[in-house]
Amino acid sequence: MQIPYTVDERPDTGLYNAKLGIWLFLASEVMLFGALFSSYILLRTGGGESFLVGHEALNVPLAFVNTLVLIFSSVTIVMSWASLRLGNFAKFRLWMGVTLLCALAFMGIKAVEYGAKFEHHLFPSTSNFLGIYFTLTGLHALHVIGGLIVNGYLWGPGAKMYRTEPQRFINRIETAGLYWHFVDLVWIFLFPSLYLL
Amino acid sequence: MSGHTAEEIRGEIRKYWIVGFALFLLTIITVAVSYLHLPIGQAVFVALLIACLKGGLVAAVFMHLISERQAVYALLLLTVFFFALLMFGPSFGRMASSAIG
Repeated sequence: MQIPYTVDERPDTGLYNAKLGIWLFLASEVMLFGALFSSYILLRTGGGESFLVGHEALNVPLAFVNTLVLIFSSVTIVMSWASLRLGNFAKFRLWMGVTLLCALAFMGIKAVEYGAKFEHHLFPSTSNFLGIYFTLTGLHALHVIGGLIVNGYLWGPGAKMYRTEPQRFINRIETAGLYWHFVDLVWIFLFPSLYLL
Repeated sequence: MSGHTAEEIRGEIRKYWIVGFALFLLTIITVAVSYLHLPIGQAVFVALLIACLKGGLVAAVFMHLISERQAVYALLLLTVFFFALLMFGPSFGRMASSAIG
């Protein structure tokens, strides 16, 4: 059975199905992170100084580098999509490969950050702030891992589709890119909220 | 988005690099402002203002919301409504309960 509207746009929505699907998924993700953000704001504004136990242990320079890495990966994934639209598969592979390396670098830096906290016996149970810090950044890291798996598949075995159904593959890269930009978007708000304020 | 000419796509690519550079700059500004040790109210305002600007650039250009279909806008409008409810609902609830007693 052929899945409908994987390439062409549906007449009623004006979108191919995967694109509508990813936007619906991202809407649910906004709710997920929104609930956690709301909890953080309530705890932060109502908790006073005692809430911030462990905040001084956060490593701003490392998080700053991670922010730049993630922003750069947003540029590289959109470049991979643009390369495919220009019919340049080799450049797609290059830019998607750089995106994957950025994601790995982000996770590596995050692991160093987490490791330093655990060494100093700072755990989610240490304080409310660290509890919400680990929840928010951990959930975000899970999303990065999810993106790594999907993008890795599209860079590797999944890229075979480009030979048989090029437009469908280009659409897949676009939807994977939308997800990846969302991951970047969440970090853009997490970084100042958790590390700088 | 796929029906564009090669020249249009190259124009988009230039835009992506400019936005990427702007995001880098805004990130540096965010960190620099945090070292000014502004009063908490001002610090929150500036940090969130820059974050909103960066988020807007990502959404508008990288996620191409600037030229998206109406179905996506309708979906996002609903999302924004419920997101605002999530963000401000609990705070209003707390303010109301503290006002009562």
